[in-house]
Amino acid sequence: MTLSSISEKPIGVIGAGNFGTVIANILAIHSKVLLYARDERVVSQIRDKRENRGYPIHQNIEATHDLAHLARTCDIIFPMVPSAHFRTMMRQLSPYLHPYHILIHGTKGFDITLPPGQTIEEIPKLTRNQVKTMSEVIQEESVVVRVGCLAGPNLAKELAQRQPGATVVASHFNEVIQVGKRLLRNDRFQVYENNDIVGVEIAGVLKNIIAIASGALSGLGYGENAKGLLISRGAVEMVYLGRALGGDLKAFLGVAGIGDLVTTCNSPMSRNFTVGYRLAKGEKLNDILADMSEIAEGINTVRIAKKCADHYKVRALITDRLYKVLFEGMTVEEALEFLMRYPLNVDIDFL
Amino acid sequence: MEILEEKKNKNRPYEPILEGIPDWPVYQLSKNRKEFIETVTRKSLERIKQLRPTRKQLIDEIEATAYREQNRIKRNRWRVDPKDDSKFWSGIKNDLVELSSKNQEETGAKEDEILERIVNRYANEIAGNFKPNSYRVTREVIKFFFQRLLNGARVKKFGAFFRNQYTLRDKIQIVGKVGMLRKLAKQGTVVMVPTHFSNLDSILIGWVIHSCGLPAFIYGAGLNLFNIKIFAYFMNSLGAYKVDRRKKNLPYLETLKMYSNIAIQKGAHSLFFPGGTRSRSGLIEKQLKLGLLSTAIEAQRNLYLENQHEEVRKIFIVPVTLNYNFVLEAPDLIEDYLHVKGKDKYFPEQDKYGSWQLIRFLFKFFTKGSNISVSIGPGLDVLGNFVNEDGQSIDSHGRIIDTKDYFISNSNITTDKQREDEYTRMLSNRIVKEYHRINRVFASHIAAFVAFEMWQKKFPKLDLFSLLRLPEEDLEIEYAEFRETFKRVRKRIYELKGEGKVYHATHLKGKADKVIKLGIENVGIFHLNRPLLLNKKGNIITKDLTVLYYYHNRLVGYDLEQHI
Repeated sequence: MTLSSISEKPIGVIGAGNFGTVIANILAIHSKVLLYARDERVVSQIRDKRENRGYPIHQNIEATHDLAHLARTCDIIFPMVPSAHFRTMMRQLSPYLHPYHILIHGTKGFDITLPPGQTIEEIPKLTRNQVKTMSEVIQEESVVVRVGCLAGPNLAKELAQRQPGATVVASHFNEVIQVGKRLLRNDRFQVYENNDIVGVEIAGVLKNIIAIASGALSGLGYGENAKGLLISRGAVEMVYLGRALGGDLKAFLGVAGIGDLVTTCNSPMSRNFTVGYRLAKGEKLNDILADMSEIAEGINTVRIAKKCADHYKVRALITDRLYKVLFEGMTVEEALEFLMRYPLNVDIDFL
Repeated sequence: MEILEEKKNKNRPYEPILEGIPDWPVYQLSKNRKEFIETVTRKSLERIKQLRPTRKQLIDEIEATAYREQNRIKRNRWRVDPKDDSKFWSGIKNDLVELSSKNQEETGAKEDEILERIVNRYANEIAGNFKPNSYRVTREVIKFFFQRLLNGARVKKFGAFFRNQYTLRDKIQIVGKVGMLRKLAKQGTVVMVPTHFSNLDSILIGWVIHSCGLPAFIYGAGLNLFNIKIFAYFMNSLGAYKVDRRKKNLPYLETLKMYSNIAIQKGAHSLFFPGGTRSRSGLIEKQLKLGLLSTAIEAQRNLYLENQHEEVRKIFIVPVTLNYNFVLEAPDLIEDYLHVKGKDKYFPEQDKYGSWQLIRFLFKFFTKGSNISVSIGPGLDVLGNFVNEDGQSIDSHGRIIDTKDYFISNSNITTDKQREDEYTRMLSNRIVKEYHRINRVFASHIAAFVAFEMWQKKFPKLDLFSLLRLPEEDLEIEYAEFRETFKRVRKRIYELKGEGKVYHATHLKGKADKVIKLGIENVGIFHLNRPLLLNKKGNIITKDLTVLYYYHNRLVGYDLEQHI
């Protein structure tokens, strides 16, 4: 298969948020792109002004509001939708999908299925049967089996400025990885391969927890020592949790694990970091959420990860303290004090 | 001894779906045997050379093969092995020596020629030899013999021997999607994948296929079975091809897979035990051998690839479970299992049961009760999607899927080995799930499960091996306590059935005391040391905890432990 034969059919992107728009622009370097936006106003804005969320739109991109049209036109689709809406989107898309479709998603969050009318806190336990990664949602909701995911240190703003960056394409299928590589790779964007898709997805999701904690440390005015401590211990916690949820250690040491973790923990631009920062400054969670334009995936991830850690008996101190800060009124200082006094000092015990 | 009462089989015998034996794909295959073996040889050679593209790799592979084969001849010789085995392989070895002393210009394509000799020998070894006359004779002999035995034993009147009051169908119940299986076999090629607990499975399945009115299937039967003469006779006439598990070399494995692949493509209904070997532990298979399974997917892709603009014969996977109260080999199987689990080491396969033991067992089986049931699962396509009666694949939302689409990349049908490996893994998971779903629970399974779990619970600190070492005299369960637990587990089985996660025999319903009695009487009914008995006080005891563990394993995997 040559490059020209891939680019005959346009590539689909679902979701015109920050990341979706930027990925569409990267894809548009090699191929024609069909970009789906849920909101019709966004579609017409892209058509008329060739601009979205402050990013200029590449000339190869066409916007659409029609999922059926997108599925019929494109064999390869990149869903870039927040985890909270992912399943709903898949249900709408599913009737138009066939087994020849390839889906590569870029969503860093979990999907959970709860009994009607109950919240995470009310149910007795949360197990892997209820917590799904996005690739699992795709397979549950549609006939598509060739599924992949994108993960890595990919801050939308830096990608848009064509700063050097990298991503991991993970899939059980080499075919999917190669397709992802060919479509995304350019002189400023490196693409790595991994076949542990679930591990990569989980790494990408869990790092958001540590990102909130990193924001909180920053908000308290602490410096680089504290951050180094947090990142290394955070990575260990991710490995514990990730293994309990079915990921392989390797994914956590790679671009999608450590790579993404370091980036997000150092980035005041990231939404999760901002949440932590403002919490440490004494703001309330509800007030913070009220004036954010996009969802901070990390908040829900903390709830899910804490409940899972309880069930699988995983030691996850940072997650646990963060949960108390977010939902039980503990202050950031108290949480930090607890962690600093905790009488455990084995550095690494999983290799 | 009381006989398990099953609901009388309402189904009359099924009409054959194809009129005469000459129409059967397996007959066509054996009529053109020579040509077929040539095709298999040619295609296998192509495949092996793809896998070992350079001359050096190829020669290394042949050398490794010859070395292993000579080792096998030295260490593990079987009665069925051809007489000229050692002569053939020393011949190969000599040619190899000659080959390595010269360079490529002098020898030409000598290594290809050697490989062809090996592959051709393997193809001939594997190939089945279906003979219609001998098939008919076998079929009638089995039926006559079984029927006489059955009626002679059951109907206690003079002359009962020649009555036809009972047929084999009363002894061996076939349940599940028989109608669908028959329909699918008319439209496409069926690959039947049963669970494997006993050497008897092969013959049993052969009979099931016949009595469902289906033409003979080709079998992948373990070569070790051909050591037993009586088996060898049956299998040769039922369309079996031979799988030699001692041979793990690449040329053999590729030839074997190619044989199955091409036979399926030619429309021969096939059967293999995807567990690879009998379940040692008594657990329903959790991990399947992917090699032969992958041939079904490969065959389907090839059919699509070669007939792009025509209707393609679809391949249907049909999972089947065999449900026994008694497995003849249980004591040895579980010993093997524990040996391996305890020491983590390999030891060779041996069969202690010759023709005589088998006949004795069959006699007991037909005279004493203890039924067998065979559950036919729903048809699946090669990706594990359910199919409807017209053979169309259906997704979980009831929409129709075109199976061809799974092999399409960028609008073309393509060959992608890694992709198909992944598909094989998915199919295998699906089959395992179906096994658990169509498994038919007997009273004896629950009795074994409950008793063993209760003993385990009484000694929570002991690991499996220490538990099994306990003297049997120390083990006793109060009947009342057993009865309560039995009822709880039975209730859970009913719930699971409601959720579509398992089936159970009709004899499970009714008064608990009666069902428990049936269960205890039938667990491993013909073993010398019975795994479950009632003592004089009416309490539960065991004479062989290890074998009880084996029968208990049948119900592992349903999370029933929490109801003990």
